Amino acid sequence: MSTLDFRTAIRDALAEELERDERVIFYGEDVAVAGGVFKATPGLFERFGADRVFDTPISELALAGSAFGAAVTGLRPVIEIMFGDFLMLPMDALVNQAAKYWYISNEQASVPLVVRSAVGGGGRFGAIHSQDPTSWFLGVPGIKIVAPSTPGDAKALLKASIRDNNPVLFLEHKRLYSTKGETLEQELLPLGKANVVREGTDVTIVAVMKGVHDALAAADLLAGDGISAEVIDLRTLRPLDLDTVVRSIEKTNRLLAIEEGPVLGGWASNLVGLASAEALEHLDDAFALTGGDTPIPYSPTLEDPFFASAERIAETVRTRIGVAAGAS
Amino acid sequence: MARNSTQAVAPPAAELERWLTGYERMLLLRGFEEAMQTQFMRGEVHGTVHLYIGQEAVSSGVSLALRPEDWVAATYRGHGAALARGVDPAGLAAELMGRVTGTCGGRAGSMNVIDLAHGLIGCFGIIGGSAAAATGAGLSAKRTGAVAVAFFGDGSTNHGYFHECLNFAKVHDLPVLFVCENNLYGEFTPMAQVTAGADITARASAYDIPSERVDGNDLRAVHAAAAAAVERIRTDGGPAFIEAMTYRQVGHSKSDPGAYRPEGELERWLERDPLKIAREQLAADGVSSEQIEAIDARVAAQMEEAIEQALAAPYPDPVAQPATEYAA
Repeated sequence: MSTLDFRTAIRDALAEELERDERVIFYGEDVAVAGGVFKATPGLFERFGADRVFDTPISELALAGSAFGAAVTGLRPVIEIMFGDFLMLPMDALVNQAAKYWYISNEQASVPLVVRSAVGGGGRFGAIHSQDPTSWFLGVPGIKIVAPSTPGDAKALLKASIRDNNPVLFLEHKRLYSTKGETLEQELLPLGKANVVREGTDVTIVAVMKGVHDALAAADLLAGDGISAEVIDLRTLRPLDLDTVVRSIEKTNRLLAIEEGPVLGGWASNLVGLASAEALEHLDDAFALTGGDTPIPYSPTLEDPFFASAERIAETVRTRIGVAAGAS
Repeated sequence: MARNSTQAVAPPAAELERWLTGYERMLLLRGFEEAMQTQFMRGEVHGTVHLYIGQEAVSSGVSLALRPEDWVAATYRGHGAALARGVDPAGLAAELMGRVTGTCGGRAGSMNVIDLAHGLIGCFGIIGGSAAAATGAGLSAKRTGAVAVAFFGDGSTNHGYFHECLNFAKVHDLPVLFVCENNLYGEFTPMAQVTAGADITARASAYDIPSERVDGNDLRAVHAAAAAAVERIRTDGGPAFIEAMTYRQVGHSKSDPGAYRPEGELERWLERDPLKIAREQLAADGVSSEQIEAIDARVAAQMEEAIEQALAAPYPDPVAQPATEYAA
């Protein structure tokens, strides 16, 4: 099995879909000639030309609004909103227009639109270039939110997102861009299906993106204590694969969800609530380990403890979730 | 074409046919809005409605210059643009009445009508959205040789969408006709009071977009400007801009009696009613009052039938017509 890095996975997925379908176009700020500020998209402009891959003004309203208009009139646009934090600007186009179109048009047309965006903390980018925008979109019917954790997943999920007939928010964690991983055998991964990345019996840890790697590292630490953690990578946050989580907690009886954003209104606490409603009789405990309730800090000594590290995840399992060795 | 104002000189048959069609279209728009006003008072139309009375020449004149494959995006005051594009009045009435036979099955309502079969991308409930949708349709239209038209009001020209999309369409050379319906009020506030420079055409010119201000109550003037703009777009590419000076003869919405209008203003504009002007022009072309009355009677009958049909239609049943969140 060959390996690839995350940036290449993104670029290859775009290249393959641009090659496969004439209707696919890709545009954003500095994505074409410069190849993207995170260097995820070099070479596409040279290969597919300015009609299909182009740089735009720094105009997020026009970017997302035009992508919506292009999508409902026959194209399949992929746009890049450089940082997830900038998604606050084109919310109208994405939430009021794209997400609602299929329903309010009485299903006249779908909106095959992908918004790629770099998200997440830990990069010393400060409060307004480090957020995870998931919770702003989580409660919006009609939109899909994809949040890959590995290069192989990213490629197959991005290709599936481009072929999906709905607006998809595709989140790329900044701290994953330089990671490497195995390519998948399958070309596409279904949206809305979680992946059990490590099997265990004592506790279920649910995460996305970088959090999956932290959860796996925590599972290694816990294994040293004789605690067996199952780790689930949701891959997609909306639609949410609650079934896979419930099946897991039927086995482990304990749930820990990890999120970078704050606890109130976040997906992790939402998952704890939904899992409790669905399978309370199977749960001994459930907890959301999240980022803090202030804006994301800049200084390393402030930012590092702001997000859950592998050590803190393991510690939370031992103390808050109360799993002792051999508990099951 | 020079025309002797004291003597009736019939224009070429095709041209006269166009003006008769345009007059009939405007009459339909007026009759529809008057009927909706009545049905609103009777409680058959829900929520609120934003009537187009007084502005009929704008969308009618522009639509006469379009082809079936062209795209149109309009505003929450969009019944006129929809009907001018050929949307079925019975379906539109049923939509406003929340009936299952509505243009969008009763899911959209007055402010958000979509009818792609007639090239209507949608009516947008938040100002500026139409400019973005048409800009995106311009990306599609560039491939097919079509033109995308955005209707919006003077109020939108203070919105980010307006400036971002004019710039975006210009730098990407998109075939978009931006049509500002300047009805002198943004909701209840006079345009000049909140619009720096008070010259909207100059704003478009500042983006190096060919721009023209026309008498928006004169069907023929609007058509001439639109036909020239569309021709320029199809031949040379790139966007064009029209500012149509008009007047909303009714309040902003059903809750607005229009008390903010200076004394005598409405009366002066009623003297320049677009239907009155069109009738005078037709009479000058030698069209008899009997011919005009025959059109009036035909439209009145058509409207009566449309309302009857809509009122007879059932309401949507959430069980019989279940919704799907996503397109397959």
